[in-house]
Amino acid sequence: MTYLPKPKLHHPSLQRNAVGFTRRDYEGAISTLCAGCGHDSISAAIIQACWELDVQPHRVAKISGIGCSSKTPTYFLSASHGFNAVHGRMPSVLTGANLANRELLYLGISGDGDSASIGIGQFVHAIRRGVDMVYIVENNGVYGLTKGQFSATADQGSKSKKGAINTDVPVDMVGMALQLGASFVARSFSGDKHQLVPLLKAAMTHKGAAFVDVISPCVAFNNHEGSTKSYDYVREHNHALCRMDFISPRAEITVDYPPGEVREVRQHDGSVLRLRKLPESHDTGDRVAAMNYLHACQARGEIVTGLLYVDPEAPDLHAHFDTVQAPLNTLGERELCPGSATLAKINASLR
Amino acid sequence: MQPTDIRNPQYFHKVVDCQWACPAHTRVPEYIRLIAAGRYDDAYLLNWDSNVFPGILGRTCDRPCEPACRRGRVEESNGEKPEPVAICRLKRVAADNRSEGIGKRMRTRLPERIPGTEKFRVACVGAGPASLTVARDLAPLGYKVTIFETDARGGGFMRTQVPRFRLPEHVIDEEVGYILDLGVELVGNHPIDSLRKLLDQNFNAVFVGCGAPRGRDLHIPGRDQNTDRIHVGIEWLASVYFGHVSRVGRRVLVLGGGNTAMDCCRSARRLGGDDVKVIVRSGYEEMKASPWEKEDAEHEGVEILNWLNPKSFVHENGKLTGMWFTPMRAEHEANGKRKLLPTGEPDRFFECDEVLIAVGQENAFPWIERDLGIEFDEWGMPKLDKLTMQATTPKVFFGGDAAFGPKNIIWAVEHGHQAAVSIHNLLQREDLRKRPPPLTNLVSQKMGIHEWSYDNDISPDERFVVPWAPKEKTLRDIKQEVELGFDVATAWKEAQRCLNCDVQTVFTKDVCIECDACVDVCPMDCITFTTNGDEADLRARLTAPAQNAAQDLYVSESVKTGRVMVKDEDVCLHCGLCAERCPTGAWDMRRFLFAESYAGRGEDYSANPVRKKVAA
Repeated sequence: MTYLPKPKLHHPSLQRNAVGFTRRDYEGAISTLCAGCGHDSISAAIIQACWELDVQPHRVAKISGIGCSSKTPTYFLSASHGFNAVHGRMPSVLTGANLANRELLYLGISGDGDSASIGIGQFVHAIRRGVDMVYIVENNGVYGLTKGQFSATADQGSKSKKGAINTDVPVDMVGMALQLGASFVARSFSGDKHQLVPLLKAAMTHKGAAFVDVISPCVAFNNHEGSTKSYDYVREHNHALCRMDFISPRAEITVDYPPGEVREVRQHDGSVLRLRKLPESHDTGDRVAAMNYLHACQARGEIVTGLLYVDPEAPDLHAHFDTVQAPLNTLGERELCPGSATLAKINASLR
Repeated sequence: MQPTDIRNPQYFHKVVDCQWACPAHTRVPEYIRLIAAGRYDDAYLLNWDSNVFPGILGRTCDRPCEPACRRGRVEESNGEKPEPVAICRLKRVAADNRSEGIGKRMRTRLPERIPGTEKFRVACVGAGPASLTVARDLAPLGYKVTIFETDARGGGFMRTQVPRFRLPEHVIDEEVGYILDLGVELVGNHPIDSLRKLLDQNFNAVFVGCGAPRGRDLHIPGRDQNTDRIHVGIEWLASVYFGHVSRVGRRVLVLGGGNTAMDCCRSARRLGGDDVKVIVRSGYEEMKASPWEKEDAEHEGVEILNWLNPKSFVHENGKLTGMWFTPMRAEHEANGKRKLLPTGEPDRFFECDEVLIAVGQENAFPWIERDLGIEFDEWGMPKLDKLTMQATTPKVFFGGDAAFGPKNIIWAVEHGHQAAVSIHNLLQREDLRKRPPPLTNLVSQKMGIHEWSYDNDISPDERFVVPWAPKEKTLRDIKQEVELGFDVATAWKEAQRCLNCDVQTVFTKDVCIECDACVDVCPMDCITFTTNGDEADLRARLTAPAQNAAQDLYVSESVKTGRVMVKDEDVCLHCGLCAERCPTGAWDMRRFLFAESYAGRGEDYSANPVRKKVAA
């Protein structure tokens, strides 16, 4: 960490995006996390993704729980809405906010403790309901704020900084998200922004429950020999499923690839996810295949990263409930109190 | 790209743009920090060591450091007008606030006397900045230095041609005095009319620092009439200094676009000229005068007219009435050279009562006999070894404007330093080309987890303006100094704009874990981890493109993933955030010391712990 605010001065060539902001305008306060924390790289990736997507900062709600990861919304998008919820309760607060105003971009920021332990029930239900959000787990496998105890995502057999071996089976959040019906499931690594930024952009433009597990080494308590979430270990065992480019709806598609080399997924907003070097055996539209692939890699001791599964046409919670299109705060008295005739009609339908 | 060799002191030296650009390599960021700390004496002495005339230069320097200053580049597209740190005027703050007893402290900073040197006698011709520097460097070692000067007092051009409203005389007296107090003999009112005679007096070495004393004249029709109304600029300025001239005509034309022209027009405004025009052959931007000198002149109501070539003087009834000028334009030839051509428009006439010709200066060495073995080139300039300043005869050295034509004070000082090294080597029977190595050092500035021994909080302030005496006052009195200098509080704020470019970002690749923390935190997007490539390729694909080819890329050896760390030095703020965010100490902020070595210093001097402490 540092005490000094980041100087306002920026590179002379810094560009503005379509909504008139520079990348620096998407920053937050200076991070108070440990120097070298993977979470700060994820914040930087979120900043980059929002800038590239021309996101209006005031159209974003960032919601988090408790933990190192859940502190990070302070460090990006300082002009956005934010809610720091009770430990593990980010998903329900986010669900409520989303039901009240469907027009915002919801970033659910959580960690392995917040989501895989105390908040696992909340995680499960938010995913299976198909809340339109980006659910980011900043996953470092330890409780950093309480000095490095194993978290529920720590791999069996991995070693803590004090030397203890973890005997418990880890919670596999990616596998759970697939099984629970998330319509966008990906995993990435904080140390690889070339992969993470396009994934986040795709997740932010995805309509439905997008789940991104980001392995994020804890430099203070989980970056040693024997850890399976250290920079070195993840780099050595990283199996990148494919390379993905995110192509915004406005962008002209100029590069031609021979057929077979590239597979493209068109999302509802017109953006295109271009998947390169995707293994022939893998189909990102096949949930069962994605689960198989995930488990096969895991069995080989590999950490699979990249976009595992996407359903570009999935319905979300609002579709399930057939809710009103407009945000609730824009509804007037006429819509909210439609009168006794309407009440009579509703009552009649229930008889 | 090959990994950057930071063991080569010139690599980090170049990162300190101001010091690199200064001919005398003054340690600018260090003295600015000393000013910020209120240590004016130390700031003054650090300057004095390198540039010998801090008070004079703090008012009159051509400031090659300022266009080079990183702050100017950093502020680009960050505010209204990017401006460098007011380096020159901060130097003056050190001079203005130094204590009375500083002369004594100077002696503690000088190299020790070398036994046996007192038998050597060195003559300097002219008491300008070059000769005075030779004397300053050699006298403390024990050499007997005698300066011969045409005028009664020392200072040369600085005293006689630079007007008093820019440089008060007491400043010259003090700083020339410090040098004479070292035991240097100044023989005033003693023009040298024969080098042979001088050499016959058994001097062991002679340094020629007589400047470029002859103002170039303009041989166009009408020049030979009314010569009391048409003057050569530098001669006229000297006449103003000596009090021979105290009035000028109401309408004055100044010909030429250099700093002498600016001194002429501003002096004319003070001596009764209320319609003063500077007329220049070329364009406004190409004028040799420093931008601030042009601004100052215009502020005082001087009109600058460009693209007009003087054609003739017009006299009526025996009186100078005006001048004709031909409109010009520039044309670039295929070889890139620029040529001035008439535009074909009709000539223009300007009325005037007096004309000052400031179209350049020439060297003249009528007093050097051509059979002494000193060779001259086709332009009448001495043939010199550019490293040693030695002429084609071993005992004779040149420096300042006498060496390579008109330059400026700070170059004259540097020539003096180099000539002094050569003279010392010559008299100690050393190889002249063996130059003393600079004193260098690279020390971590880390004091604690978030603490550095320098102030790394970057000031957002824009450049502060130096206050001026009111125009009504300065235009009435030619001795009233125009600039008043920063007060201490403003000086502190201006000093905080300095980016401490001598505190270097040093990268140790072995401990880097590639967490990207430095990349993410860098406010200027200077740092990239990427696959190696050739320089042009790398420059294009960094986090922010490195378009300033004059600034180096700092490239590491391969880190664990096989990539390299590339840092574009161009707009680094030296804020140290990369080092603060680095979990492993792969980045460190280290203060780089680069001190040029003068006569009698070098390896032995650097090895002396006391001296080393003083220099650091």
